[in-house]
Amino acid sequence: MADRTPIAGRLCAGRLITALVALWLAWGVSSAPAVEPAEMLTDPTLETRAREIGRELRCLVCQNQSIDDSDADLARDLRMLVRERLAAGDTDREVLDYVVSRYGDFVLLRPPIKPVTWALWFGPAVIAGLGLIALVVYYRRGRRAVEPPAPLSEQEEKRVAQILGDHRR
Amino acid sequence: MTAVVGQGLVRRALFLIPLVLFVVLVGYFWIGLGKDPHEVPSPLINQPVAEFALAPLEGREHGFNSEDLKGHVSLVNIFGSWCVACRIEHPFLTQLSRLGIVPIYGIDWREKDRQAGPAWLTQYGDPYTLVGDDPESRAAIAFGVTGAPETFIVDAKGVIRFKQVGPITSEIWEETLWPIVRQLQADSAPGG
Repeated sequence: MADRTPIAGRLCAGRLITALVALWLAWGVSSAPAVEPAEMLTDPTLETRAREIGRELRCLVCQNQSIDDSDADLARDLRMLVRERLAAGDTDREVLDYVVSRYGDFVLLRPPIKPVTWALWFGPAVIAGLGLIALVVYYRRGRRAVEPPAPLSEQEEKRVAQILGDHRR
Repeated sequence: MTAVVGQGLVRRALFLIPLVLFVVLVGYFWIGLGKDPHEVPSPLINQPVAEFALAPLEGREHGFNSEDLKGHVSLVNIFGSWCVACRIEHPFLTQLSRLGIVPIYGIDWREKDRQAGPAWLTQYGDPYTLVGDDPESRAAIAFGVTGAPETFIVDAKGVIRFKQVGPITSEIWEETLWPIVRQLQADSAPGG
């Protein structure tokens, strides 16, 4: 059996690599930005900033895509708006704030941390923490020796004797 | 004896916790699945309309800009000749405009062809007091529009009071929009 393990291992590794490559390729396909050359700003620094902002903003039509990834018309118009405002001298924050003022926090792909979103941001960690505590408590209790049952009372002894006596008869 | 019984109950209650959590989660998911993800809550309710100025449709004299909304309660309707649901809504809007209770303003959104909007209005009727051409979503983004049709109720001070996502039917008008419009009109009436 021992001599077969390496081959199987190699086979698995080969498959894993193929799968990873496929995944990586698929990732490349899905994250190809929809930004068209004609939309881009001539200033490369501004264009880079526009891309970064575009990745933060949700396309309101295809809601799980950023406006950078989406081919929807509204996403295109939002990309244009972002570029226009950047060219006019807005900071990244100002551009994002403008879009949020129109569409609300929902338009941000990364929800801001504030009291309403605390459950969203910290909920999983809190639940995991509680689970961990429960696990520790459970295993600690398990390791402690089981207490011997309390001795039977006089009444109970009598009852046992009675039952056993019934059987013997 | 009672202490032992009590402990047993607590134990049993502990076992129920996952079940309770599960039921609560299912409840949330159930509600979440029933919601329309395209009904994005608008932060613009009770905010003044952002300034915009739209060019007239081809062959028309007047465009539509934010100043036109001042001084009276109005409806602002986002439509497009490409929008199927707008066609469903259109006969109702045309009917409503004939009653003359409230002016309806139109934003002709994202026409690829400059003839398409005017041709559509000629074919299906024109309920709008003024229509603006919005090929690059300028006004649409100012209103936080995510799709067509959408209709906003704007009060006499130019503040957005209500957002209707999807076509207006006579039921929606009577039950939801008309009471708001009537109230706002009463509020803005001189001496009222």
